[in-house]
Amino acid sequence: MLSTRVQAEPFDTAAEIAALSAGRTDIGAVVTFTGFVRDLSHGVPVEAMTLDHYPAMTTKALAAIAAEAAARWPLQGGTVIHRHGRLLPGDPIVLVAVASAHRAAAFEAAAFLMDWLKTKAPFWKLEEAGGQARWVEAQAGDDAAAARWS
Amino acid sequence: MTQLLYFAWVREKLGRDGEEIALPVSIATVGELLDWLASRSPAHAAALADRSRLRVAVNQEFADDYTPVGPADEVAIFPPVTGG
Repeated sequence: MLSTRVQAEPFDTAAEIAALSAGRTDIGAVVTFTGFVRDLSHGVPVEAMTLDHYPAMTTKALAAIAAEAAARWPLQGGTVIHRHGRLLPGDPIVLVAVASAHRAAAFEAAAFLMDWLKTKAPFWKLEEAGGQARWVEAQAGDDAAAARWS
Repeated sequence: MTQLLYFAWVREKLGRDGEEIALPVSIATVGELLDWLASRSPAHAAALADRSRLRVAVNQEFADDYTPVGPADEVAIFPPVTGG
């Protein structure tokens, strides 16, 4: 019921919302989250961010995460898009859009999807900052955020 | 043959994105595989030294030290994920 995509190309949030809600009168709420590349990392200017991933596992992991959201909340639809490749500050990285009859389910499902994406989807960020490339370390806070849904 | 795949800094430390290995019959689990792999070269030892910074997937599913591995499996070794 939720569609998931991994792509190098940018996405258009407005077009994705329109596609979710087109011809539907049973949707009362669409919640979206868009993640962007920031221009500062620990006070150091970021030149670029490259997202590496494990294609065979990414596809399965995104589908499993989306299926879990659909099992937990009464959703009318949803779209998850995660980009890979080299991105620049200001570029969108990830989109989660969730449609439901009521806002509570849509807000919760969107938060859940992002928390699980951050901890269960095989992506790795390589940050270019201050003329050096370094792999971003996982944050304990992300694990804690994901654990609240278990 | 068991297919090994490496991602992010694990791939960089090993200087390759994967390798095909003939698994010794004595190795039945992920934990045993990591111990054996670490003994193969100084680069393997360095890349696999800190297990707390490594995650493993067997056939594209997250695994732990006790997950079984065999000759037909795809085993990926990588750091904790940082997408989103």
